[in-house]
Amino acid sequence: MIRLHPTMLRGLVALTLIAAAALPLLAPNYYVQFASKAMLMGMVALSLNLVVGYGGLVSLCHAAFFGLAGYMLGFMTPESGGASFWLSLPVALLAVAVVATIIGALSLRTRGIYFIMVTLAFGEMLFYLFHDTKIGGGSDGMYIYFKPEIALAGFALIDLEKSSNFYWLVLAMLVGAILLMTAIVKSPFGHALQAARDNEKRALSLGFPVFRLRLVAFVVSAMIAGLAGYLSAAQFGFVAPQMLGWHLSATVLVMVVLGGMSSVLGPVIGAFALIGLEEILKSSFEHWKLIKGLIIIAIVFALPGGIRQLAELVLPRRGDEGPPAAVTPADGTPDPANRRAEAPGTNPQAQTRGEFQHV
Amino acid sequence: MDALTFAVQLLNGLQYGLVLFLVASGLTLVFGILGVINLAHGAFYMLGAYLAWWIAAYTGSFMLALIGGVAISFVLGLLLEEIFVKRMIGRDHLAQVLLSFGLILVIDEVRQILFGKDVHSVAPPAWLKGSIQLTDILSYPVYRIALCVVCLVLAALIFFVIQRTRLGMIIRAGAENRDMTRALGIPFDKVNRYVFAGGIALAALGGILVSPISTVFPGMGDGMLILSFVVVVLGGIGSVAGAAIGALMIGLTDTFGKVFFPQFSSILIYVLMAGILLWRPNGLMGKGN
Repeated sequence: MIRLHPTMLRGLVALTLIAAAALPLLAPNYYVQFASKAMLMGMVALSLNLVVGYGGLVSLCHAAFFGLAGYMLGFMTPESGGASFWLSLPVALLAVAVVATIIGALSLRTRGIYFIMVTLAFGEMLFYLFHDTKIGGGSDGMYIYFKPEIALAGFALIDLEKSSNFYWLVLAMLVGAILLMTAIVKSPFGHALQAARDNEKRALSLGFPVFRLRLVAFVVSAMIAGLAGYLSAAQFGFVAPQMLGWHLSATVLVMVVLGGMSSVLGPVIGAFALIGLEEILKSSFEHWKLIKGLIIIAIVFALPGGIRQLAELVLPRRGDEGPPAAVTPADGTPDPANRRAEAPGTNPQAQTRGEFQHV
Repeated sequence: MDALTFAVQLLNGLQYGLVLFLVASGLTLVFGILGVINLAHGAFYMLGAYLAWWIAAYTGSFMLALIGGVAISFVLGLLLEEIFVKRMIGRDHLAQVLLSFGLILVIDEVRQILFGKDVHSVAPPAWLKGSIQLTDILSYPVYRIALCVVCLVLAALIFFVIQRTRLGMIIRAGAENRDMTRALGIPFDKVNRYVFAGGIALAALGGILVSPISTVFPGMGDGMLILSFVVVVLGGIGSVAGAAIGALMIGLTDTFGKVFFPQFSSILIYVLMAGILLWRPNGLMGKGN
């Protein structure tokens, strides 16, 4: 585990933020748009981690919430101009919250493999709803010709048609989502959610409303994914059923695992890494998906701890930190995957057994 | 709707349900016995159909395509079990989901390289061409009837193997309690491999059998995967009888849904699934209800 002095860490965060904010002033437009896209995927990965990492529930319908919010923007954008940001965003998020509450309440009645299958099925239900019916232009999708307008008392505050402005909005939203997620994870709610993940029976017997905790986490997570979907639809000016498809859900899951589930920031880094990698592969190989598939398989077998594990293999470990198993990540949550990576002597199957057996 | 049209729709629904059962029974066996969630199941359904088209295009024989497609898929299943799936037994579901997602991308892209992404159709064997004239305007293809018969025979075979043979006894014991079966010295891990390969072969067989009555296209596996999942959720993990009930329910719901409520038909099966989940979260025949 690489640990930085708190002052150094703060300095690094400040530097990263300044560099991120300065990007549109320095880089060509293409990179600004690409960075916006990567940050939006980072937001989806961040939101999914609340359910997968902190809730211990492998959900495969997150793309459905991402896409649903995008379609809501499409429905609310008039033909002559942009939709009002202040109206369309809350309506889109409300729609996602309602759908996520229904899907979550039904799916959370199940456990393990069932939960994976049920979330996948409900997610695909939304996919086929937009794919097979005419409500959103069918399989062709629909265009959103105007970006939402952020106006106050009739005056346009920010012109989102400018890609640098849009970039800054996305950056601000991502930072907001990271702060919100950190607050959730550190709150009593977040602790109870993690307790239910680690030992459901004990959490139940201590009187925690496990079902309700998980449902709230599921809905909050869906709404953050919805925010990313709304912004993504605005950025590309186009929504298609593929935005809701489970291949996107699974790709986001790869980002979460790649970045590490133990921290709030990990999935965001995982998203940047995977999006960057995809971009390089796309431009170099015709059959880049084959390589993407092989990389995912390699991650499963060689890097269950994600990028953090890779960094530990490459960078020498400092000797003055005591036993590695006692080290917890910056946000104070112990993570089974990381502990496994740090203590090579332990049996990697031992800690997954518990979850495996009650299926 | 007169009685004859109803009978035709009923037959269509049964036939759809029977094909669904073939594919889903492979999936539920792999879940129940290996404890491994295999999202790539639909990809093998697609691959089977493409293999059938490819072999039929070269040899001109549907029967060769059928045998060849199933054999290739079975061997592929054995290989995959040896290389990847064996290492997934006992790993958490997240790792299994990611591995099978990676496999889907690889299989899709290999299919693209070998067979392209065009939509194809496969001709049924000559002696099954033609249709039975029911009335002046209504006829029913012979191949669809043959398909029903083949699926019924295969379903009976699956039940016979599981309920009446030594192999089936090991499979049932393993589904009941994996560690105990292993502790008793039963060669359960070897059986695992054949169960996985058999499951893959059943998925491919489903794809091959429907190739003469529907089109062969790249995305055909995804739809089938979701439907198979719904079947397994309805029937209960590891239960072949549950898969049979679930598959027939979905086949009939979908077919009659398209007749009576065309605009809602794609939603109906999920409403059915939601209802079953409210009533029995572990499926109709699942353990722990």
